[in-house]
Amino acid sequence: MKNCEYQQIDPRALSVSPLSAQNPAEKKVQRPRRKWEAFPGKNIFFCDGRLILARQNGVLPLTLGLIVVTSGLFFAFDCPFLVEHLTVCIPVIGGVLFLFVVASLLRTSFTDPGILPRATADEAADIERQIDTSGSSTYRPPPRTKEILINQQVVKLKYCFTCKMFRPPRTSHCSLCDNCVERFDHHCPWVGNCVGKRNYRYFYSFIISLSFLTSFIFACVITHITLRSQAKKGIVQAVQESPASVVELVICFFSIWSILGLSGFHTYLVASNLTTNEDIKGSWSGKRGAEESGNPYTYSNIITNCCATLCGPMPPSLIDRRGFLPPDEAIPAAAASEMELPPFTPKSDANMCTQSTKDVLERMLHSSDFHGLCPSGNPKTSPLVQEVSSSAPATAEPSLSSGCSRQLARQAVVDPCPLLTPVAFSKNNRRDSLHSINPAFRLASPSPTLSRRALVLGDGPDIGFIPQH
Amino acid sequence: MAETHSLQDMRQQAAVAAKVFIQRDYSNGTMCQFQTKFPSELETKIDKQQFEETIRTLNNLYAEAEKLGSQSFIEGCLACLTAYTVFLCMETHYEKVLKKIAKYIQEQNDKIYAPRGLLLTDPIERGLRVIEITIYEDRSFSR
Repeated sequence: MKNCEYQQIDPRALSVSPLSAQNPAEKKVQRPRRKWEAFPGKNIFFCDGRLILARQNGVLPLTLGLIVVTSGLFFAFDCPFLVEHLTVCIPVIGGVLFLFVVASLLRTSFTDPGILPRATADEAADIERQIDTSGSSTYRPPPRTKEILINQQVVKLKYCFTCKMFRPPRTSHCSLCDNCVERFDHHCPWVGNCVGKRNYRYFYSFIISLSFLTSFIFACVITHITLRSQAKKGIVQAVQESPASVVELVICFFSIWSILGLSGFHTYLVASNLTTNEDIKGSWSGKRGAEESGNPYTYSNIITNCCATLCGPMPPSLIDRRGFLPPDEAIPAAAASEMELPPFTPKSDANMCTQSTKDVLERMLHSSDFHGLCPSGNPKTSPLVQEVSSSAPATAEPSLSSGCSRQLARQAVVDPCPLLTPVAFSKNNRRDSLHSINPAFRLASPSPTLSRRALVLGDGPDIGFIPQH
Repeated sequence: MAETHSLQDMRQQAAVAAKVFIQRDYSNGTMCQFQTKFPSELETKIDKQQFEETIRTLNNLYAEAEKLGSQSFIEGCLACLTAYTVFLCMETHYEKVLKKIAKYIQEQNDKIYAPRGLLLTDPIERGLRVIEITIYEDRSFSR
């Protein structure tokens, strides 16, 4: 392992204007760039920064396609028959539901979920200075958690290495989007975006309206086939006349179980003011140790919880996508500051992350079995494994909990450093993607946590806060 | 040069001596509140009461923005019924209060902080993480 020294960052050095280092020959007249063009997270933007989507947008086209195709078939093949035999309200209701579903879906996908902008260099230096003066010696890595009291409940705030700040409570770092998201619920591949504070209500209205839509279509198609088979005296003939109905039946049948289940689950979360992330990690379930931990954010009243989550005030987007970048701080300046202060660039973050995760990977490769994360031989990995499994969900679904704990560990180790993936992990990546299809259980990667634990387990003097290369 | 120093003059002429960051106070949950603890770097620059008054007013304004009242409830329901298209023509309550906050900070800077060589940065520009107070070097101002 490399010998890395802890280096104090001098905030005065940061205030040196990078313009002095800029080559005058490089200065061209550039059109003013908007902030979204220099956004550090893994997102893509449309309409000049008005719409935001995750780069890993999963199966959003599939979701849209399924909804549009099923509804299209319904309006084209089932509605004429039902209008004739029943009432004209059916396509009207169907139309309203369909429009609501699509609007909610698009709104969920293209809204900023509550991304927190990364800390400025000055802020990060200030935090680091505060950590350093809180009593630790220079050779020990500074603590990366802060404990605070919220409503008489102890809550740990974790330090995010990527965003260089202590994460506010209920905030989590999404490894897929590489952003800290406020009130992080989960990253939904169906919707192609994270679900967080700002778009949770749209997500909830999407799944509720989709439950109604699929149930409605299912009921109408069943009615249609029943009426037809009564008229023609045979189901087979009825189906032959209207094959599209079978397609709709199949799609709706399989969607209904998962969508209704998801709606029920999220209704429970809304009523108890929890996020999927907290529920799966069991943060407030009171099952760890003898401590009584209740949810400090709940209003202890179902109606108030629902109102707070769904009808609360709409916070603005904090990342200011359409603002203009100050001309001094465009990309050339970033390159200049990289030259001046190598320890402070995001690259060093990745390097440190690479270093620690590389160590963890090496240890895991040598000593543990992938399938069970069973500690074997090497004593260094066993506390790591136990910590990981203790943070695994102990609640609802037992079949998924083992998958989730594996996913937690693997995702945490593999995701932040894709360049580093050893061959042995590629098999597990595919399995991860299979697991991740169920949107309710796609977790944010606790990668900084895991690398923190790895750092804690590793030898103190070897791994400093900022490695000096 | 005028006795009362304008922000423009200060930014152009003075160098940044230090920056103080007022962190968030999470003791009441995830609501946007800032710590009212008086930082030691400002002891010689500004009166403690004045500073605490500013922070307290800001905290109250943010609490007003995030209040779960009937107004926000009606706004939420109306938005839901119109499939959220109502926000294309209307400003949310939160945005209105943010404008008020920006005006208040501007006012405080002009009246109280700039004459002492300090500058408050609106927390919204820092993602509501911190209130950044820039301390300028007091070398170009005649006293």
